[in-house]
Amino acid sequence: MALSNAAPVVGKTENQEALWQNESVKAFGLFMLSLGLFLLFWEVGARSGWFIRGVPTATETLQEFWWWVTNPFFDNGPNDLGIGWNLLISLRRVAIGYIAASLVAVPLGILIGISPVAYKAFNPYVQLLKPISPLAWLPLGLYLLRDSEKTGIFIIFISSMWPTLINTTFGVANVDKDYLDVANTLGASRLRTILKVIIPAALPNIVSGLRISMGIAWLVIVAAEMLLGTGLGYFIWNEWNNLSIPNILVAIFIIGLVGLLLDSLFAALEKCVAFGRNS
Amino acid sequence: MRLAPVNTATFVEQQSSTAQLSIRNVTKVFPGKRGWFNKLTGKTRRDFVAIQDINLEIEPNTFVTIIGPSGCGKSTLLNMIAGLSSISSGEVLLNGAPITGPGSDRGMVFQNYALMPWMTVEENLRFAVETVDPKISAKRRDRILKEYLQLVGLAGAEKKHPHELSGGMRQRVGIARALAINPQILLMDEPFGALDALTRGFLQEEVERIWEQQRKTVIMITHSIEEALLLSDRIVMMTRGPAARIDEILDVPFPRPRNRETIQQHPAYPKLKAEMESHLFRETRAVEAARVGR
Repeated sequence: MALSNAAPVVGKTENQEALWQNESVKAFGLFMLSLGLFLLFWEVGARSGWFIRGVPTATETLQEFWWWVTNPFFDNGPNDLGIGWNLLISLRRVAIGYIAASLVAVPLGILIGISPVAYKAFNPYVQLLKPISPLAWLPLGLYLLRDSEKTGIFIIFISSMWPTLINTTFGVANVDKDYLDVANTLGASRLRTILKVIIPAALPNIVSGLRISMGIAWLVIVAAEMLLGTGLGYFIWNEWNNLSIPNILVAIFIIGLVGLLLDSLFAALEKCVAFGRNS
Repeated sequence: MRLAPVNTATFVEQQSSTAQLSIRNVTKVFPGKRGWFNKLTGKTRRDFVAIQDINLEIEPNTFVTIIGPSGCGKSTLLNMIAGLSSISSGEVLLNGAPITGPGSDRGMVFQNYALMPWMTVEENLRFAVETVDPKISAKRRDRILKEYLQLVGLAGAEKKHPHELSGGMRQRVGIARALAINPQILLMDEPFGALDALTRGFLQEEVERIWEQQRKTVIMITHSIEEALLLSDRIVMMTRGPAARIDEILDVPFPRPRNRETIQQHPAYPKLKAEMESHLFRETRAVEAARVGR
């Protein structure tokens, strides 16, 4: 009772403190201030020629941005495609490659993780293939598949597999021994232990692996598409050929925004499977 | 309902025919590392004898506590009874049949609760019940869940996840889960070790209350003298490791049902307590001395 009586008092003192003392308000204020200063510096710098020739002003870039987001879907051939279409093309490639990679990496990770022998046997492959730059696979993909679309998906597949595989393996191999002891003392079968104990226990690790993989897939697709035909990466490359710097900046901003959105989706999913655990 | 079988208590060496659980000459050796490969990598290690020649007969419906200095192999012994740890030599008989692995005739309560965080309270219990009896009818299962949740005083918290519960409530779930499979023997590995002093005292009395209702054979490991005196019929005192053995077995004559105040009035209480204290102090001092000397 004492606690519930005390609570409103505490709440009141917190309400009494001035709005500008609140941490979130302060942070937002600092964010807006720095953004404003940055845009001002950009605008004034571009107008008075502090940078090299051709750098667009901030207002010019924002106008371009507004035009692209209000006209996302038009199609005047591959070199004049609305940014919405390009975004959807990129997302589609990422989705196919990433889902295929996850469908391989998660079950494979579980299989490797539950067997210490398999863990030791397959770890060298993983460690060797993990640090390879995704773009190093590009020529090989083009040669093997002879198709730019399939090659793009192949690169996403091969580069977004490793974080999921490694995290799944780690999570499965390091399930709290107490949980396994519980299943053991109850006489649970191996299959039941895997389905009901090991996989749920490893789920936070699996999801954070999927999250890292998604980040990598989104990084890779832009780079890969510069060498392929369509998509956001190609959009940037095309605008570079047109020497349209504002459009490049717009595309960069949109890529960042979509990446942020995808990441927060997985952050929310991580919270869903955590159940008080912090991993 | 029979009272604590104080009179039937045997000396360790004698083999009892009425015993439910017989531990005979049990030794646990953790094998070291030998061989040329380990020699090359400098990882050789000698064998470690954790416990040696343990003999213990446990009668049905007895609450037995094992107490001893840390690292004396109490948990190892309990894990061997649970079937989680292999027996190096000797045997453990449950109703005359040797224990070869884990089984649902023994329920285990863990020090760190070991509740599945992704399951609700009810699902944790249901997992146990359905694992032991996959063909159980939904009606019977739900009745069991309800009964044991009520027994430990958790009715109303069925849909909560473990991280929403306090430590004391989590261990209630742990106890309910162990009891819900209706084991012959309940094994408790320092069940109150991770709780604060107040919750600990409260939960001890709860366990005493539950034990009065169920009267199952219990083997509990503890560090607390008061806890052992409050709950047990027999107290097994172990020496320090390595090669730990049973030093002495005390019979606790207090009538049941017990509570903290009434047992302290009992004439035998101070003597028992003093005896346990001197044993534990002696062993703990020796453990510390051995560590300093190393």
